[in-house]
Amino acid sequence: MASEPQGGLTEYIQHHLHHNTVSLGDGAFMKIHLDSILVAFLLGAVFCLWFWLKARKATSGVPSKGQAFVELIVEFVDTQVKDTFHGDRRTVTPLALSIFMWVTFLNAMDLLPLDAPSWTVKTAAGAEVAHHTFFRWVPTADINTTVGLALAVFFIVLAHGMKAKGALGFGKELMTAPFHAHNPVVVAILVPFNFLLNVVEYLSKPVSLAMRLFGNMYGGELVFMLIAGLFAGWISFLPGVLFNTAWAIFHILIILLQAFIFMMLTIVYIATAREHH
Amino acid sequence: MDINLTFLGQMVSFAILVWFTTKFIWPQLNHAIEERQKKVADGLAAAEKARAELKDADAKVAAEIKQARQQAAEIIERAQGQANQIVDKARAEATAEANRLKANAAEEIVSMQQRAREELRGWVGRLAVQGAEKIVQREIDASAHKAMLDQLVAEI
Repeated sequence: MASEPQGGLTEYIQHHLHHNTVSLGDGAFMKIHLDSILVAFLLGAVFCLWFWLKARKATSGVPSKGQAFVELIVEFVDTQVKDTFHGDRRTVTPLALSIFMWVTFLNAMDLLPLDAPSWTVKTAAGAEVAHHTFFRWVPTADINTTVGLALAVFFIVLAHGMKAKGALGFGKELMTAPFHAHNPVVVAILVPFNFLLNVVEYLSKPVSLAMRLFGNMYGGELVFMLIAGLFAGWISFLPGVLFNTAWAIFHILIILLQAFIFMMLTIVYIATAREHH
Repeated sequence: MDINLTFLGQMVSFAILVWFTTKFIWPQLNHAIEERQKKVADGLAAAEKARAELKDADAKVAAEIKQARQQAAEIIERAQGQANQIVDKARAEATAEANRLKANAAEEIVSMQQRAREELRGWVGRLAVQGAEKIVQREIDASAHKAMLDQLVAEI
């Protein structure tokens, strides 16, 4: 991970797109991106610690500024949940809050300087080590993170559907909705169509969740890398700084927007899964 | 771009995060928020109640003031009546006393007149006798003429 591209911009970008990978076995699947896992876990812990400290000392009296800020976020999320989901919010709002805060934190890693990890490694261990040590610290620009999140949400949505309708009722709805009929024969004919449609509908949810977040963050990161290429020359250095700043400011919007969309869609999916047809 | 075990790790991380939030963050914060909302609502309700009570008290005070004023007017009226009565009574008593005094004085005047007349009569009789003595220039037997003189005195 050299800070000066030796083989041009293409190599620089390709170099930056490598994860710090550990192989646990044979095959492409038996690998772990240490950087994504580590950063995601640490940021989750930061979120937990921060909110837990505030929650522990939360009073119903006059709140401190820190508590007021945390409450602002919590109430914002709770309002969104309340507007969309009509039911017991005791597990749904914490879920939405976790998603919103975690995704915001993970996305926000994009704003940190691209070459900060490599510079650290280079300073600590030298250029040779740095060239072989990969570290991408935007976990949401790693499709594994977004797929993991989306799949977890998918299972939660399924669980909500089964809890609201019962396993049997849920299965029955898979077969008989959205096309209804009164004649048993027609119902039987419609079963494969209904089932197929529902499977596609259910599967499209995690896929769209994962792809949307990944695409946005990966694209954002790529643009940062392209702009970083401008820093290579003295003439393009100043425009590079300007573009970088402009893109970073614009990216703040994307960071919050994507986290918000992920949270909102999760709530909407849960609310839809609980609806009876 | 390749999917591998990482996503399982991220799922586990996410599960832990959701569990922690559900268990340790959300209940406490929500509790505090709801408690505060209740406090604010209670405070507003109390303020509303106090305002209504104040209005009631104001109305009561106004009614009481009105009643007190009425009572005061009644008392003044009664006092004036009483005063008039006292003045009338005093006047009547004074008139009666004056009349009595006047009557007494008249009586006394009459008796004094009587006495003066008696006295005068005595004096006139004596003067007449002395005058007659001087005119006649001789001793008149007082006892011989006493009957005539008494008659004279009575005639005066």
